[in-house]
Amino acid sequence: MSTPPAHLIGLALGNPQALADLSLPQWEALVCHARRANLLPRIAVALDDLGLLYEVPAAPRAHLVAARTLAHAQADAVRREVAHIDRALAASGVPVVLLKGAAYLLADMPAARGRMFSDIDILVPRAALPEVEAKLMLNGWAAIKTTAYDQRYYRQWMHELPPLRHIRRQTVLDVHHAILPTTARLKPDSAKLLADSRRLLGEPRLRILAPHDIVLHSATHLFCNEDVGNSLRDLVDLDSLLRDFAQKGDFWPRLSSRAAELDLTRPLYYALRYAVRILDTPVPARVQSAAEMGRPPAALRGLMDTLFMQTLQPERAAEWLASLARGSLYLRAHWLRMPPLLLACHLLVKTFRREQATAH
Amino acid sequence: MMVGDLPYKELARRLAGAGLRLRTGPVVSRIRSRLPAVVHGVALHYANHTIEDEDGFADFRVGVVVPPSLRRWVKPQVLFEFDGALPFLPLPAPQAFAMLEWGLNWCVSNHCHQYLIVHSAAVEKSGRALLLPGPPGSGKSTLCAGLISRGWRLLSDELALLDLASGSVVPLTRPVSLKNASIDAIRRFAPEALLGPPVHDTVKGSVAHMKPPTESAHRANETARPRWIALPRFERGAAARLERLSKAQAFMQLADNAFNYDVHGRRGFELLADVVTRSDCFAFRYGSLEDAVPVFDAIARQP
Repeated sequence: MSTPPAHLIGLALGNPQALADLSLPQWEALVCHARRANLLPRIAVALDDLGLLYEVPAAPRAHLVAARTLAHAQADAVRREVAHIDRALAASGVPVVLLKGAAYLLADMPAARGRMFSDIDILVPRAALPEVEAKLMLNGWAAIKTTAYDQRYYRQWMHELPPLRHIRRQTVLDVHHAILPTTARLKPDSAKLLADSRRLLGEPRLRILAPHDIVLHSATHLFCNEDVGNSLRDLVDLDSLLRDFAQKGDFWPRLSSRAAELDLTRPLYYALRYAVRILDTPVPARVQSAAEMGRPPAALRGLMDTLFMQTLQPERAAEWLASLARGSLYLRAHWLRMPPLLLACHLLVKTFRREQATAH
Repeated sequence: MMVGDLPYKELARRLAGAGLRLRTGPVVSRIRSRLPAVVHGVALHYANHTIEDEDGFADFRVGVVVPPSLRRWVKPQVLFEFDGALPFLPLPAPQAFAMLEWGLNWCVSNHCHQYLIVHSAAVEKSGRALLLPGPPGSGKSTLCAGLISRGWRLLSDELALLDLASGSVVPLTRPVSLKNASIDAIRRFAPEALLGPPVHDTVKGSVAHMKPPTESAHRANETARPRWIALPRFERGAAARLERLSKAQAFMQLADNAFNYDVHGRRGFELLADVVTRSDCFAFRYGSLEDAVPVFDAIARQP
């Protein structure tokens, strides 16, 4: 009973053999927390790879198998959806780069195994946005957010079009022209990302980012995003990507210099720090010291350690503390996305609109 | 041990503390709440349901709680807690027990993909199950409540869990949710039925829950093979009429009303095909329970 659940998730991913000794109440805690972190199917896959899934007691196993079934169905749906997107944009000749989950899946990376999927993200050159948007609309995608404010918010300040939903299939597509908002402090150059992207094996048109850029995008997403609920899942993605790419000889030496080229040394620093600390990711010492160039001032780092460790291991903290940490990171994410005056205006509009919505 | 074996005070203490581990068919929910409406609802509706041991496994950790805001003094609201998160917007406090019921339905329909889950009432007679699939407002709960008041066994009012291997219906015996005019219809048709206090102005109008019959609660581990499928449709003043439905139409109705048909792919298709193949399929129109129930008693008498 005494093992804290945070350790249980770490244990389940890093050393699934050890789960054989869990009591039923420990399984209950693991299923509950892993489900909340969207990591249940991932644990199912890890156990199944070792032939241990059917050693798990029947009650928790039902959840593992059910979650894996759901993740498989989502993966199939993503493959179908990517084919639709590819077909819709084929005639345009615009290079379409798959991002995040869809990229991991279509490139058969280990990070896709047992992963849950929601929206699909693609990256296209900014100059091609009008054509891409028109082609997608002709093929049944329509904007979800239709107020004038939302449209302006996305088109003027964000790194993506307002999210699109397909009218028949109800799937959601985010079309990016950059990996961070136009208004953000950090300015990774999309032209560099596109120039280094490569063709997806067996696909005539679809592309994915270069391995370094995949890692840096994942790190950026994890440490600049306001969606704090999926942080641990994002860190698990990162761990899986690093372990996978590490097997290619030329991966580690270029990682931090590429981060410098893309203005992403800070996200890389945090990413490596917490992956090593929380998931024991094997990052060579010289790579860790090279990443020190992105190291924040000591006081800030202390604060970030507290906030990230709370959100990445929420089960360890008192609920109010974890909730405070999530709130602070949400604000921080916005702070990084926009200059202060613009941020103040944006939050004011959001609050006002929420009041209006509840008044009706 | 059954919920009814616990003194009321002890039940309230468990719900307020580490949670009551309530078994409903294959699902164990660990329920926490300090709200009197929830304690009362659990005591009334689940008296014949089993309480599981503290050192066992609960599938879902849920709670109905009052948010810590000043509103608790003016127009109090309640929240449904799941795995420590809050998946829904708050509801007015008088709807606390209904919120628990809706929340538990959500838990099952969103997570129990070891089953094909159909939005359907399911009842049983002599080992054979009758499925009544349909969206809210079709009259399936009313018909279900009527049938279980006349000797049919309740398998489920909302969620028919189809076992993927055997195609059998796995009971999820929980209170029947009655809405608006159905509440009085059941009071007239079955005065002995135990109904909780109606709550008004919910998204579904007025809602009252009906306690599952004792025998149904006790036999919640007995599955049943689907034998009949009837698409109910309530129409004021209509005479009861049972019409044949083609297997293809029945299939499409089950698939349309399934929560997770898309999750199961080919397996889901084959399971539903199997279910409609061995079932008699009907469309059923009715205007009163007095006419409706004998129709199903008659088909149940046939071999």
